[in-house]
Amino acid sequence: MVGSLIEGDFSAGLDAVVRRVFPGARMDNLRRLSGGASQETWAFEAVGESGSTPLILRRAPGGERVHDSAVGLEGEAALMRLAGAVGVPEPPVHYVLEPGDGIGRGFVCGFIEGETLGRKIVRDERFAEARKTLAFECGRTMARIHELPLDKLPKLRMATARGRVEEIYTRYKADGRPRPVISLAFEWLRAHAPPEPSAPKLVHGDFRNGNLIVGPDGLRAVLDWEIAHLGDPIEDLGWVCVGPWVFGGIDKPVGGFGTIEQLLDGYKAGGGDDVDPSHIKWWTVLGSTSWGVSCSAMTHTFRDGIEKTADRAMIARRSSENEIDILNLIAPRG
Amino acid sequence: MQDTPDHTEILAAVTALLRDEIMPLLSGRPNYQVRVAANALDLVGRQMALQDGFDVAEHERLIELLGRDGDLTALNQALCDAIETNTVTLETPGVREHLWTTTMAKLAVDQPSYARYQAELKNEPA
Repeated sequence: MVGSLIEGDFSAGLDAVVRRVFPGARMDNLRRLSGGASQETWAFEAVGESGSTPLILRRAPGGERVHDSAVGLEGEAALMRLAGAVGVPEPPVHYVLEPGDGIGRGFVCGFIEGETLGRKIVRDERFAEARKTLAFECGRTMARIHELPLDKLPKLRMATARGRVEEIYTRYKADGRPRPVISLAFEWLRAHAPPEPSAPKLVHGDFRNGNLIVGPDGLRAVLDWEIAHLGDPIEDLGWVCVGPWVFGGIDKPVGGFGTIEQLLDGYKAGGGDDVDPSHIKWWTVLGSTSWGVSCSAMTHTFRDGIEKTADRAMIARRSSENEIDILNLIAPRG
Repeated sequence: MQDTPDHTEILAAVTALLRDEIMPLLSGRPNYQVRVAANALDLVGRQMALQDGFDVAEHERLIELLGRDGDLTALNQALCDAIETNTVTLETPGVREHLWTTTMAKLAVDQPSYARYQAELKNEPA
């Protein structure tokens, strides 16, 4: 890995890229943005005679580390370009890093002004108008993603509904801690698995409040394509409804800002098929189960000393949020 | 018998120090980290206050449900096994209420501000 790259080399390397991609400009005001544990996000400007252009660099951590199941930075850039071309709001991708650039793997894209913090999108008065149509916009945008022709896509892994259940179950058993609500969730998921789609579609995989850029005018960008894959497109409609991603707005199951009906109206307007709401619910239960198992597994990351931080411990203790969400969906109190 | 002030009073003083005096001096990541630390101490305080009562009640319910004794981990494992072999289902008397009560007890310690928990509190049997 290129983790040993000293900041000076990185900064100089990025400056060289800027000078080549934006003739007459130089790089300025480079700063690391918060958020995104699995990828680095840097903000900077290309400053030239005619003014300054705000830009973003998305880079693999330390330059090169890419998770096995991830699309990879080059794949993400390709997906953003393809999606942008069919009306999915995406920042323009200006440049994909090459080995000769010497600053790792990543891409340079436009900076989109707006809010990404889910809690603010759900609560702030300045997004009150945007919230009225945001779930519709999400549905329409998902439909456009799901209709992208597969032969144009970068290489992606395939994930079936039943395959996902067993993959998460393996992680649950490896974690080892008995959690009756999670065991119940697996029984329910196996008993209610939807039929596989007639043809697999492109699934964004992490389409949720928190990965969206929203302005007072509505949806401005869909970010974080790193776990995109092929499979059942309804996964995206279910994941946007998973409990922690509604940021307290539990009366608005879609991201804390909208209704399932609005999401489905948008999905249809974007060219999507009719969807059975119970199919969405199945993927929401899977999402809560998956995230619940992932949170719990952080106990090991914490105890093994890989990341012995209060932050990690507190995320592990958010497992129970998912358990109450699962009970609410599959075993509501009479 | 330990002297005073007791541990809950000391914890409260430390979280107040972190939130009211340290956090305002910090921005960015350090501010975030101190907020997480204060939240973590609040969790520890809730666990110290609530765990014993919750554990005793959960243990009693599990013995009743499963008709056997053992420690909490063993009984929870037995319940998981029974659920995964369909020996116990949601239709088994007492199971649904046990799962809800146990989950509400976890949330009371882990994340009492979680909106779904707050909504369900209003649903609690009197």
